[in-house]
Formats: sequence, structure tokens, C-alpha cells
Amino acid sequence: MDRAKLEDMDPADVPDASRELVLQLYGIGARRVWVSDREVPYPDGRLIVSTTDTAGIITHCNASFVEMSGYDRDTLVGSPHSILRHPDMPAAAFQQLWDEVSAGRIWHGYVKNLRRDGAFYWVYATVIPNVRDGAIKSYTSVRRKPSRRRVEEAETAYRQALAQEASA
Amino acid sequence: MSPVYQFTVSPDFPTKRMSSWFILNTWLQKATDLHIHLELYPDFASQRQAIHDDAVDLIYANPFDASMLVREKGFVPLLRPQDKSDECLVAVKQGSPIQAVEDLAPGCRVASTEDPDVNLVGMMLLEPADLDRHNTQPVSVDSYPLVAKALFNDDADVGFFLEDAYSELSNLVRKELRELVRSQISDITHVLLSGPRLTEHRERLIQTLSAMPGEPKTAAMLEELGFSRWQVVDREDTEFMIDLMDALMA
Ligand SMILES: Cc1cc2nc3c(=O)[nH]c(=O)nc-3n(C[C@H](O)[C@H](O)[C@H](O)COP(=O)(O)O)c2cc1C
Repeated sequence: MDRAKLEDMDPADVPDASRELVLQLYGIGARRVWVSDREVPYPDGRLIVSTTDTAGIITHCNASFVEMSGYDRDTLVGSPHSILRHPDMPAAAFQQLWDEVSAGRIWHGYVKNLRRDGAFYWVYATVIPNVRDGAIKSYTSVRRKPSRRRVEEAETAYRQALAQEASA
Repeated sequence: MSPVYQFTVSPDFPTKRMSSWFILNTWLQKATDLHIHLELYPDFASQRQAIHDDAVDLIYANPFDASMLVREKGFVPLLRPQDKSDECLVAVKQGSPIQAVEDLAPGCRVASTEDPDVNLVGMMLLEPADLDRHNTQPVSVDSYPLVAKALFNDDADVGFFLEDAYSELSNLVRKELRELVRSQISDITHVLLSGPRLTEHRERLIQTLSAMPGEPKTAAMLEELGFSRWQVVDREDTEFMIDLMDALMA
């Protein structure tokens, strides 16, 4: 199988104070990212939507997705979805996502996403497998605005999961 | 004898547009030389029954039904109104203490009609306050003016409106309401779909309807329906919308 490609972030795109980290991404390898503490609020009334192929490569996304990620559409389409992977997200969350949807089930969860400018945004995501003629053809994720309480709960749970993953 | 094709329109159109749909249908029959009967059902339940009974060949469907029609009934999307998405608006009475969605508390009363897409998106707009179907009280009414009335009478704390219907309320009524949030989901629209019996006439329908903006008389007909032109939809656009709706309903 061809290895999907994902370039390192460009620190010149990051205006805020940031820390540099290296993510290990599945099927891609290392990606260098710069992460700041600035949160971009979820835009009211919007849905952020994307579709991927069965390998998690973005095939379609809407205008809100493009806007919130900070990348242009040409960069996003054809990139692995882990282009938005934030180092504060535990691997277990995505493991669970993939386990569920590849078995034909729906996954719901809270996700902290990394923008091109190093800032982050929280979403409540629903990921579904798109089944045609009995086979999974693609996946769609629709995100909406999460409540503050749920984000705080997720932050705590993810911090614990990350600590566990680090000590494992 | 030429067959009679059955045309219907999602029951969520504003009542004042009823005659506009009949005018469109009369013209469409002449322009396509097809025998088309327009049947407007009073509610979603009776329209769904007609769909299940295969008594529909052409339908201006709301995004909910579009999904079912394509998946289960072999319908094919033809056209969608350009620049006219189905948006939902959440409002309170002018004097309400509620300033933002986040101020709403569990147990609050939500006035809405039976429009399935407006209700779906409306509930989604309340999620940032941790509200859902299970911790809110529905106040179901038959029309958008009655949603406004429920707010005025303090029968409900918050109401869902189809954006279009909200803008068609009288100024007097709208002045007494305050908008909290409105959706901006340009990806969800109504779609005109044709059923299996119309397959051979699909192209003719697309051509005829797409040409409407070119003539003052037909352009005015579209204006009456609330949009300026039809846009051809391809399979992929519709698949994306259907996948999106599936995820929203999941
Ligand atoms: C439809 C779909 C949408 C996804 N959306 C996101 C997302 O918004 N952010 C994210 O970090 N990962 C998302 N993922 C998961 C990524 O594919 C990936 O698993 C994750 O970023 C972790 O990277 P890794 O699997 O390489 O460790 C999505 C996956 C699917 C199938």
C-alpha cells in the first residue's frame, strides 16, 4: 500500500507562543507540529463535515471544515484525517473510533483538533460508516458545538488516558 | 393513452406558496408534454404513506425524505434550488431573560412544528446547553405563526422556526421575538427527485426546469417559489448530503 503523505506544520504559520512536538501517525510516521494554548470557539450554528475513504484519507469536506482547519481545500482533500491530530488527544480515543466504524457501527465523541495556525478547537463528532450494497464505502464525520461541561469532562478523561499511555 | 405522473411537494412549504406550485405544475405539463398531477399532502405522514404506496413519481422533497427516497425507493435527484438551504432559527420572546442558548436549562419548553429537518437542526442548536429530546418538553403546534404565539403566551420558553418562515412573519410579530441563534448549514437543501417511472423523461424535466430563469414569465414563477434558479445536482452532491443527514440522525 502507498504510504499517505503529510507534511510537517510550518512554524511560520503559528503566530502564538507554541511548543514543538513530534506525533507518530499511523501509516504516515512522524509529523512535527507546533501547538499553542489558544482556543478558537466553535462557530455557532455550523456543522463541520468531512468524508474519508476507508483508509481515512479526506475525500470531501464542507466550507466550515476548511475555515476552521485553516488549510485550503486542495491541501485537505487527499490528506489523511490525522492532519488535525492534536497531541492532547489520547491514541485510545481514535483506536475506539476506528474499531467502531470499521465494524459498521457509529462513533460519537469529543475531539480536540489542531489547526494549521497551532490553535485548537473542540467539537462533538459523530462518525458513521457509509454502507453501500452491504460494504463500507467511506466514512462521514459531522461535528457540532459541544457544551462547555462536556469539554471539561473530556479534558480530564483525556489527560488521564494520555498519562496512562505515556507510562505504558 | 399517456400515463399520469404523480408530483408532490414536501408539506413544509409556506401555505401562501400553495398556488405557486399549482401554477408551476400547469406550466410544466405544457412545457414537457407530460401528464403530471400535483397532489399536495396536508402532512408528512400522509405524504410518506403515498411514497410507500409508490404513488409518487416526482417530488420536491425535504432532506430527510430525500435520503429515504434515494436509498429505498430508487429515486434519482435532479435539481435543487440554488442558494436556498434549509436553515433553522431559534428564538425567544422579546422580554425573555434568556440571552443565549447556554442560558436555557433542562425542563425548558420548546415550541416547534412537525418539520423534521427544522426540529433536528433546532435540537442540535440547543446541544451547547446540554439539552436534548429527553430533558426538554416539546410544545407541538401546526404552523410557524403558532410557534410565535406559543412564545407570546408563555406556553413555551424557546421556539424553532424555518428561517424562511421566520422572515415571512409580520414585522409586528417579529419585533416581539428575539433570535438566539440560527443555523448556517448550506449543505442541507430540498431536492427535486424523480422516481423509476419517470426515468425516460428525466433529461426533459431537467432541461425544461433549468431554462426557467431565461423567460420573464417562468422566472417570475420561480421567484414566487422563493428562489431564482434550479441547480443540477450530481450523484456525489446528493450522496454527501444523505451521508450528512444519516450522521445527524445517528
Ligand atoms: C470520518 C473520520 C473523521 C475523522 N476526523 C478526525 C478529526 O477531526 N480529528 C482527528 O484528529 N482525527 C480524526 N479522525 C481520525 C484520524 O483518521 C486518525 O485516526 C487520528 O487523527 C489519529 O491519528 P493516527 O490514527 O494516525 O494515530 C477521523 C477519522 C474518520 C474516519
